[in-house]
Amino acid sequence: MTHSVASGKSIRFLYIASIVLLCAWVLGPLYLLAVNALSSPDTINQFPMNLIPEFDLESLIFFANFYGMLDALINSITVALFTMCFSICLGAPAGYALARFDFVGKELFRVIILMTRAFPLPLLALPLAVFFIETGLDDTAFGLSLVHTTLALPFAILITFSLFSGVPRELEEAAWTLGCNRFAAFRFVILPLILPGITASAIFAFVISWNEVFASAVLTIQNRTLTAFLLQNLDTAPLHLKFAGGFILVVPAIVFIFAVRKYLFAMWGISNR
Amino acid sequence: MWNQAKKLPYLLIAPSAAFLMIFFLYPFASVITQAFEHSSTDGYSLTNFQEVFSHWKFSISLENTLLLTAAVVPIQLALALLMATMVNSMRKGRDLILYIWTIPLGISDLAAGIIWLVIFEQTGFLNSLMLNLGLIERPVALLTYQNPMMIFVAIALAEIWRATAIMLVILVAGIGLIPREYYEAASVFRASKWQQFIRITLPLLKPSLQTALILRVILAFEVFAVVAALGGTLFPVLMGETYIYQFDLLNSGAAAAIALVILGLSIAFTLIVLRILKVPKGVTM
Repeated sequence: MTHSVASGKSIRFLYIASIVLLCAWVLGPLYLLAVNALSSPDTINQFPMNLIPEFDLESLIFFANFYGMLDALINSITVALFTMCFSICLGAPAGYALARFDFVGKELFRVIILMTRAFPLPLLALPLAVFFIETGLDDTAFGLSLVHTTLALPFAILITFSLFSGVPRELEEAAWTLGCNRFAAFRFVILPLILPGITASAIFAFVISWNEVFASAVLTIQNRTLTAFLLQNLDTAPLHLKFAGGFILVVPAIVFIFAVRKYLFAMWGISNR
Repeated sequence: MWNQAKKLPYLLIAPSAAFLMIFFLYPFASVITQAFEHSSTDGYSLTNFQEVFSHWKFSISLENTLLLTAAVVPIQLALALLMATMVNSMRKGRDLILYIWTIPLGISDLAAGIIWLVIFEQTGFLNSLMLNLGLIERPVALLTYQNPMMIFVAIALAEIWRATAIMLVILVAGIGLIPREYYEAASVFRASKWQQFIRITLPLLKPSLQTALILRVILAFEVFAVVAALGGTLFPVLMGETYIYQFDLLNSGAAAAIALVILGLSIAFTLIVLRILKVPKGVTM
């Protein structure tokens, strides 16, 4: 008996130790990036490194003043906002249709949505580069956001589909019997219920666009996004510029993942079916 | 009223369907034609492929991409399975731990490359650690062409760090769908935790394993920015070559040809996974 208690205890210890270790594995590298981004350029190039940041903003100020960087940051945000709007405006109606109606072609539509996930989507930027030059969309935030929407739209459709499926039809039907038309029932009954979920999927679309590198690098020349700009300057940029850039890329992503954490599983779990 | 509006569902999906036609199906078709078109010949030819395949960098980048995938994905699968089962048996702090473990999901591959550069660059933390341990006397350059193994390890670590979370999320969602009763029944028959994992979790997790593997491997074939940040030109991969052809050499035919190679690899692998992890019809939950 004492033996099994002891082994139970050691298993428990092992379990907690591995959880702590795995948390350190995820957070450690992020911490080291923060240490570097919050230290002065001199300290970063000094050796050996210190594990405590000196909370010096010189690197970040250098980053902000680096020629073209602020424009790239603004471009990134613009593209991400466009992507967010497009994927929700296009995706939410489709999600609603998939959740509420049975119609011919529904399966085909779902298969195409799932198919987009099984393709290296950024590659589609290659033929679009030509198409964009012909239509004058090349090197614009609008054009790039269309490509990013292709990445984000399937997620938007799938998550809104699961959101609408979670709202009982009876609620809508009750609103109709009380004199609401279809639109009013949607606006006053359904929308308030799913608004948090819609926000989460909008945020997710923002993050997808914000993080995307390949299509951004192929489709922009003057109006680089932050990722494309950093990529282009990887060879020549000093270390502190790279680290400050990485830091600026990471911070909003961490905040956003925190905001959507409840919906992550709805987003990915649904692909099983 | 649900059945009255026959046209409504079509009106609702029309915008997104049209969008996907223009920005998914059309470019998908034209990347294929682009790969077979060459300015020197009329009609379709294999000139682009010959050009790409005969370049010395092609076989290296193909090899690098495949090796990296083979090294990274099995570790990620094992790690994600371990983390998912741990999360599943957690009572306290589940949400916090899960949030921490899924943070990399929101991090750009470029940022992940830069994060690991912090550790591996010459005046970075790995050198500092080795100095403090007395292993070296002055900082050594780790990511150089004399050190291809170190570049590979750095890229592999960055990939494992960044992209395990995506598998974790899919697997956690899948494990959540397995009825608790199965485990209770297994406990009644004194099945050990390990037996429960092998006999219940793994077989019932097949659909999620399928999704997770397909998604992850396709992303692994697309590896690009992590490599650019850590290896630069020292570790050529397929996606990087595509970028060079398209953007630096302005040879979109050759870029499309490599794109088709990546696409072909992705489709071939998807079919293999679907075949190996075959889910019988009607068993999905």
